[in-house]
Amino acid sequence: MPSKVSTAVMRQGLKVIGVAIKTEPRVFTAAVLSSGLYGVMTVASSWALGRATDQVVLPAFHEGRTSAGALATAALLIVGVALFKALGIMGRRILAGIMQYRMQATSRRAVTRQYLRLPLAWHHRHPTGQLLSNASSDAEAAWSPLAPLPMAVGVVVMLVTAAVAILLTDPVLAIVGFLIFPAIAVLNLVYQRRLSPLATRAQQLRAEVSEIAHESFDGALVVKTLGREDAETTRFRAKADELRDANIAVGKVRGLFDPMLEALPTLGVLAVLLVGSLRLESGGMVAGELIQVAYLFTLLAFPIRALGWVLAELPRSVVGWTRVQDVLDATGSMEYGTARLDGDGPAEIGVSGVTYGYDPQAPVLREVGFDVAPGRTVAIVGPTGAGKSTLTQLLGRLIDPDRGAVRVDGTDLRDAARGEVSGSVALVLQQTFLFDDSVRGNITLGRDIPDERVWAALRLAQADGFIAALPGGLDTHVGERGATLSGGQRQRVALARALVREPRLLILDDATSSVDPQVEKRILHGLREGSARSTVVVVAYRMATIALADEVVYLEHGAVVDQGTHEELLGRCEGYRVLVTAYEREEAERAAIDSDEEVVA
Amino acid sequence: MTAVTQEREAVEREGDEPGGIRAAERSALETIRHGMRLSPEFRRGLGGTMVLAVLATLGKVIVPIAVQQVIDRGLRGDAPDVPFIRNAVVLCAIAVVLTALAGYLMNVRLYRATESGLATLRTKAFRHVHDLSVLTQNSERRGSMVSRVTGDVDQISTFMQWGGLMVVVAGGQLVIATVVMAVYSWQLTLLVWACFLPLVFLLPRFQRLVARRYTAVRERTGDMLAAVSESVVGSAVIRAYGSEDRTAARIDAAVNGQREAQTRAQKTVGLTFPITELVASIALAGVVLLGVRLGLDGAISAGRLVAFLFLITLFISPLQTATEVLNEAQNAIAGWRRVLGVLDSPADVADPENGVTLPRGPISVSFEGVGFSYPGGAPVLHDVTVDIPPRTRVAVVGETGSGKTTFAKLLTRLMDPVSGQVLVDGADLRDVRFSSLRERIVMVPQDGFLFDATLEENIRFGRSSATTEEIRLALTELGLTDWLEGLPAGLDTPVGQRGESLSAGERQLVALARAYLADPDLLLLDEATSAVDPATEVRLARALDGITRGRTAVSIAHRLSTAEAADEVIVFEHGRIVQRGPHAELVDQPGVYADLYASWTSATRS
Repeated sequence: MPSKVSTAVMRQGLKVIGVAIKTEPRVFTAAVLSSGLYGVMTVASSWALGRATDQVVLPAFHEGRTSAGALATAALLIVGVALFKALGIMGRRILAGIMQYRMQATSRRAVTRQYLRLPLAWHHRHPTGQLLSNASSDAEAAWSPLAPLPMAVGVVVMLVTAAVAILLTDPVLAIVGFLIFPAIAVLNLVYQRRLSPLATRAQQLRAEVSEIAHESFDGALVVKTLGREDAETTRFRAKADELRDANIAVGKVRGLFDPMLEALPTLGVLAVLLVGSLRLESGGMVAGELIQVAYLFTLLAFPIRALGWVLAELPRSVVGWTRVQDVLDATGSMEYGTARLDGDGPAEIGVSGVTYGYDPQAPVLREVGFDVAPGRTVAIVGPTGAGKSTLTQLLGRLIDPDRGAVRVDGTDLRDAARGEVSGSVALVLQQTFLFDDSVRGNITLGRDIPDERVWAALRLAQADGFIAALPGGLDTHVGERGATLSGGQRQRVALARALVREPRLLILDDATSSVDPQVEKRILHGLREGSARSTVVVVAYRMATIALADEVVYLEHGAVVDQGTHEELLGRCEGYRVLVTAYEREEAERAAIDSDEEVVA
Repeated sequence: MTAVTQEREAVEREGDEPGGIRAAERSALETIRHGMRLSPEFRRGLGGTMVLAVLATLGKVIVPIAVQQVIDRGLRGDAPDVPFIRNAVVLCAIAVVLTALAGYLMNVRLYRATESGLATLRTKAFRHVHDLSVLTQNSERRGSMVSRVTGDVDQISTFMQWGGLMVVVAGGQLVIATVVMAVYSWQLTLLVWACFLPLVFLLPRFQRLVARRYTAVRERTGDMLAAVSESVVGSAVIRAYGSEDRTAARIDAAVNGQREAQTRAQKTVGLTFPITELVASIALAGVVLLGVRLGLDGAISAGRLVAFLFLITLFISPLQTATEVLNEAQNAIAGWRRVLGVLDSPADVADPENGVTLPRGPISVSFEGVGFSYPGGAPVLHDVTVDIPPRTRVAVVGETGSGKTTFAKLLTRLMDPVSGQVLVDGADLRDVRFSSLRERIVMVPQDGFLFDATLEENIRFGRSSATTEEIRLALTELGLTDWLEGLPAGLDTPVGQRGESLSAGERQLVALARAYLADPDLLLLDEATSAVDPATEVRLARALDGITRGRTAVSIAHRLSTAEAADEVIVFEHGRIVQRGPHAELVDQPGVYADLYASWTSATRS
């Protein structure tokens, strides 16, 4: 039922336009008035030419005389009308732009506000790519009909004025107009309906071609090392050929309708000449009026297409608007209490009965509970997928537990006031993220922190050396997501960001994985000496990191299996022993095999 | 801004946009000529298309001529000559239909020719990117490489379909209108041209202004997208540090910056666009004034004068769109130039013609005085000479930046040495046929890149002919059966974009299976198990032990457990081999290896 669907789309599309008009009523009114001026003046320009023909040109040729006054009037009329028409066009275009861009900006601000407000759990449920396109291309598409909208309104004004003008000139000629213009409008509608799905398909194929190219070039090393260049080219060619065919299909429809849309008004003018001459014969009109109507037809032929442009944008607009609206309608947020975390010195942690799942049916953490005394350093150890990162996010209140509670100094994190948790707890995530800002901006995040403290933090993170070597030092911009730095360097800057805050609780989620072992060792030494004022929770694989900890919490499949010192766990926890001694055992086994082989040899 | 400075800016932009290597030197005309040579489809049937274009354009002057004929011949007497007018109108109507038909045929031919040409160009460029060495297609350049085969080609496509057509039709329209006008009255023609001549100078200026405004819009749009993406990609960090307000302010500034740039561009376009309208009205008024005077002298008929009024509207429409067409044209040529730039950059690591095919069987490798430096950089390998006999398992160790990975890339011929040579079974790698090379030497890179397909399809990349059973067997032999069974859909599990549904460690497992299936004679592992947990790594190491038995194997290792298992260890420092020998021997000598080993054991042992 395609026609039904498009009626619904049309209704929704008009609703979206209505929202824009309600939001920017003044700009819209001004744009429509300008466009109306343009519409009226377009018709007026044909009237001016008709008058010039009738009162100046034809008398001059028939009677061989003319007056300077009539000539001047005609010339002034032509230029004057054009001047107003030009003003109308300027106003229409500029105001339509202002309105469209304002609405886009409004949507973008609203959507990103939501992104910042909604809890992290919501972010986890939505793919990054989708969120990015909601704020960029969807916000753009939603308001795309606003660009041709005032023009379309102007065209309606133009058509009504033209209809009146022709009716006043000659009712019989008007019949020709009333046949031709609806025909153009209908043809346009059919055109847009036929074109729109083809154009959408071509657009989608363009995206698919781009995806293949992205993927293939990203995997270039694999393509090369496995000698798959031919296979990849075949895959790409197939998609490129599909795109070619889709573009040609678009071209066929355009190629068919564009000439028809041009021919139709031309045929209209010819009809006007024929019918008009009959009317002249019967004395129903004068030659100037005939010229006026013919000229009007040539002027109207193009703008009338603007009606089709608005229609063509509607489906895209509705899709974009719906996606934006979905984000704006998303509920759920981090609720804050009023409690303050203003204790002095290292924080005390209490985790009790915590259960959490991204999918509530399959919890990642189950009934997790442990306590950390102030000033202690705890290593969270466990195999891949045990829930270690999730646990750190709960400790930093990036997410809230489904059941149970995380307490700092006895205060449930959910009761803490806004800004309290981030003021006392610093979390260094596994995935380093740097802002497109200076090194200083990335570390202070806008807070007023003196450079000495920034350098001190950098020193502790073993980052002072390479930062000092940067051309602009602390003022060096790191590029989008810190692209100008290496992975290890980024991690060290992120670490400094946490350290500079002298947090009462420092959480490190595998935060030195991209750092050279030697450098890591120095960082860990520094932490041990400098973290006297912090309680530290660290997710670790490496023995060196574990060795830094006062005690170990060992996780398996989302549950705490054991908690105690490294030696205690080695002695009594089988899983822990297997995990942390994997390399040693391997070496021992190899030694045994080697000695066997020697015996055999 | 003059054309020259703009061109220079374009060149500078090219400079830091590496996909366009040596692209910018070519002028617009050379670009078109060279591009046409590379895409012969563009020229196929071009003559016929041009004839049709001329016919289609002729349709535009039918109305002015009809008006002139009707006024001058049909309305000459006291009463209209209805039979004449009727005949004229019918003739003209037939002409209109015929020219519309010509327009349709021209459009379809044009679309078919250009789109076919562009599809070929796209595929050619895509293939060429894969033929470029890893030096040219490194990760920073990848994004711009993608634009070469997507956005740039799309830009040409858009232009060909719209602007290119406009150039042909509008140009024809101007010529035909001028011819008809000149036939009617040379004086009025001169007047019309005199009115429009200033536009010929003004429009390119406007276009440059508009182009500059749009460049600003593009830049601000980039800023806006970057700011928006921070709120998504950095969502965890923003919350962890409570910097929501600061981020919001940054986003607002960027969003507003883009809006202002867009509005400024729109104002420029809006203010310049109606200029042609005004010029046209001046021309109209001038034609009426001068035409009447000429008419009084009998130099022109009333019909011809009125026809002029219609011809002037024919004149404006191409000029009204001229700035946009010029803009598009400039973008399209710039895009074309960039695509051709990619095709021009030589495939520096090329498949040799009449290359050697290596027989299958255990492989020996030797580096003879090999040196390497990245273009414009300091040497990263100095005079490396080393022999790896067949069936030897070698571990390559060293600190970050010591030259390990460069060594691996030279051994797999991802790059060619700057000096010296790499020999495989006595043959210089540069003389070995690619197909033979890729079959016998397989590298497992550190980043186990996966394609957006199922697990099975990804493993099959190793050998296209492998059956599902063989793939299963491979996983079993690698000891990965448990892991496979834990996956939701087993071998049919989709791995997601870039394999992101799997963990980094799991991606490495797939990459290993892929290499194992390829069954090479030399297996090169570049920190191939760095992201798996220790227990899994140990399991894999054991499986690899089995796999590499009887083959030549080179492992780049950062975990020294790998080195302990190898027959021989090669130690790199500052681009040189500083130590060589079995682990047991090296570990007791004072030196780089002993130091590395000490720091490794302190990090892993209790």
